[in-house]
Amino acid sequence: MKACGIVHKYGDNIDTDVIIPARYLNSSDPDELAKKCMEDIDPDFVNRAKKGDIMVANKNFGCGSSREHAPIAIKAAGIGCVIAETFARIFYRNAINIGLPIIECAEAAKEIEAGDTVEIDFDSGMIYDRTKNTEYKGQAFPPFMQKIIKAEGLINYINENK
Amino acid sequence: MGMTMTQKILAAHAGLPSVEAGQLIEANLDLVLANDITGPVAIHEVEKLKKKTVFDKDKVVLVPDHFAPNKDIKSAEHCKCVREYAKAHDITNYFEVGKMGIEHALLPEQGLIVAGEVCIGADSHTCTYGALGAFSTGVGSTDMGCGMITGQAWFKVPSAIKFTLTGKPSKWVSGKDVILHIIGMIGVDGALYQSMEFTGDGIKNLSMDDRFTIANMAIEAGAKNGIFPVDEKTIAYMEEHSAKKYTVYEADEDAVYEKEYTIDLSSIEPVVAFPHLPENTKKVSEAGEVPIDQVVIGSCTNGRIEDLRVAAEILKDKKVADGIRAIVIPATQAIYMQAIEEGLVQTFIRAGAIVSTPTCGPCLGGYMGILAAGERAVSTTNRNFVGRMGHVDSEIYLASPAVAAASAVTGKISQPSDLGME
Repeated sequence: MKACGIVHKYGDNIDTDVIIPARYLNSSDPDELAKKCMEDIDPDFVNRAKKGDIMVANKNFGCGSSREHAPIAIKAAGIGCVIAETFARIFYRNAINIGLPIIECAEAAKEIEAGDTVEIDFDSGMIYDRTKNTEYKGQAFPPFMQKIIKAEGLINYINENK
Repeated sequence: MGMTMTQKILAAHAGLPSVEAGQLIEANLDLVLANDITGPVAIHEVEKLKKKTVFDKDKVVLVPDHFAPNKDIKSAEHCKCVREYAKAHDITNYFEVGKMGIEHALLPEQGLIVAGEVCIGADSHTCTYGALGAFSTGVGSTDMGCGMITGQAWFKVPSAIKFTLTGKPSKWVSGKDVILHIIGMIGVDGALYQSMEFTGDGIKNLSMDDRFTIANMAIEAGAKNGIFPVDEKTIAYMEEHSAKKYTVYEADEDAVYEKEYTIDLSSIEPVVAFPHLPENTKKVSEAGEVPIDQVVIGSCTNGRIEDLRVAAEILKDKKVADGIRAIVIPATQAIYMQAIEEGLVQTFIRAGAIVSTPTCGPCLGGYMGILAAGERAVSTTNRNFVGRMGHVDSEIYLASPAVAAASAVTGKISQPSDLGME
């Protein structure tokens, strides 16, 4: 499984209120949420984002509210993978549970820049910056989480295992 | 190797003699919670599960509190979805408007959660119940939905940070000041993936309401949970509110902590967190001249009876400054009623504040006090992120009920001593 696309870059502590503001949480429709994704810090994101693009951010990405609408909005906006130095824990769980690929890698988060073309190989955890010709080793998921990811989310995993 | 309090509770619920930090476990759940925002997503997801029935109709709690009483048609549809699911599955603990309160004030008050239990909730402030010596943590809708059906959830056993609290806080210093002080010290990811374990003889000087506030904001330091030891005050609270059997867990002497801090509560001054992160803390005495437009006293963090008592003590025989909107939101119907019986509501209204029915409303920019561009609020809520309470160019200053009430009187960030109250 691979992802390859153009990078949208953000800083530290990107919280779920800016990923999808609560004023839009009276909807749970992924396409509707996607139209408002990142609105408060990057209003042009939804116009720039193309299917398969990559989001890169620094530490504590997805902090704040537990709203699953946040990874849902990012996924529905077309993002194929989020790379960050660290993820807030609820966002981390939610992303795995809904099948939004995420990967932690401090070096990649620091060095990759907006507009770079980046490829991620989820099996090896390798991140390749095709613009800069650099590569990084991301943190692989523990086997238990890989099973959930292979099942494409927690719902399928439970249906297969319980 | 010794275990922390959190690790002991998790081991017991996973049926294991011991666990260690980093270990992945599946634990049995004592309580599973959702609200009107996260509930509909969970309900939609679990329709895809083969098993359709909830694991225990007494152990699922559904509380429409965020955009309820329904703020618009879309919110009304969400509340309806939760209501119909609760009815179809005969959920014992569904709280309709009229019985409803802000979930994290409501669940302990209704005795639904006690020491030693494991609770997940599709709301990040589910960590509040650590005040009772329970393990409780926020999750997303899919986790909640799967927990509601299977009665289990997977966890990575957290490592821990130990906070030894000593001394006694001064008159106008509350749990809110303590937790803002801690977040200012360790940062919004200072406890990422970890448990915050509170201990020390200063805890006896913190009321249950103080402890709920402190545990509530553990998430704002990135923590998985915050947890307090069970003492006489905890037991008295549980015996008053719950018929459930509780279990007291204590950390082992040789439990492992990644970091340890000692905090003298008597040294803490009233604190305010500047925009746009809860870690941007300053002493109120050093905040400078910050004129404001609105004050909010309420939320799962600070909408309890003691919070209202402190605010009323400050607002008694005083007036909210001209041009300031002061909004008071008791967190539950019982707290609301008690505030009426104690004359607090009359004090607020005489002072020129408004008192709302319980709702999360303004805390997350839902309704009942949204900010326009350029406006500033002093709020007893828990997050001051960009756009959290309204316009992307508005600002939130997080503080205690005492600081919020004093600020309402002066129209700028203030503390009770600025009003001559010592």
